[in-house]
Amino acid sequence: MVEMNGYDEEHIGRLLRLLPPAPEGWVRAAQELPAARAALDELVIRAERDAAFRRQLEADLERAVAAAGFEPSPFLVSRLRRLLEV
Amino acid sequence: MAVEESDAQLVSRCRDGDSAAWNELVERFSRYVYAICSRGFRLGSEDAEDVFQEVFARAFERLGDLRSDDAVRPWLAQLTRRLCIDRLRLLARDAPTAGEPDEQEAADVLAELDEAMTVRAALDKVGDPCREILDRFFCRDESYRAIGEALDLPAGTIASRISRCLAKVRSELMEGEGGPARLDG
Repeated sequence: MVEMNGYDEEHIGRLLRLLPPAPEGWVRAAQELPAARAALDELVIRAERDAAFRRQLEADLERAVAAAGFEPSPFLVSRLRRLLEV
Repeated sequence: MAVEESDAQLVSRCRDGDSAAWNELVERFSRYVYAICSRGFRLGSEDAEDVFQEVFARAFERLGDLRSDDAVRPWLAQLTRRLCIDRLRLLARDAPTAGEPDEQEAADVLAELDEAMTVRAALDKVGDPCREILDRFFCRDESYRAIGEALDLPAGTIASRISRCLAKVRSELMEGEGGPARLDG
């Protein structure tokens, strides 16, 4: 609980200073998660249907993801490793 | 006064698969998550970035689990806190001299950051140009001159604009609670 009367202008300024912007690249990567999620779904389906592609993923996951036309972002790579257990 | 979409409305749109809403949600809470990582738990840049991305990845995957759309802010804070503690424990395991995270100290900082988010939400409601001016001055540490140049305003008027904008935010904070009252953090 915050006492509203305690919000003098100096206090407001001090609180605003506590929230500088996050680095732009971090924000952009987080905003791209829905697209990465769609890529993840597509790659998992392909790996389940195509044994050769799965072997490529097991051999070098990041390269196989890039060769399939997707950006091997940390989110995509870590989730793919977990789902495919590679 | 700007019409700002509520957290609940934003979450609801995200759940419907609206990618613009997701962008807005990340934009709205990125400072908060970043500050919890870097100020609350003092993670280094690399660890903070990993936790930051993991918070939003989990939020994206589990938004459907959120019991109340209004509760997205405490939910994100809790998620970030847990992941920061996990990361610090992992670091302490690899370098035992690092010690355990000071959770009480972090809790105090988190309470303050929550209060800062309330002020930030009021600033969003006040809208531009105040949002832009106060953000540049307080959050980005820009000089009067830099602000004046960026917004095409005489540098000599920036101090008085900042003062007027702070008064508007204060008024919004009080109005939001129906007058000089108390505010749930």
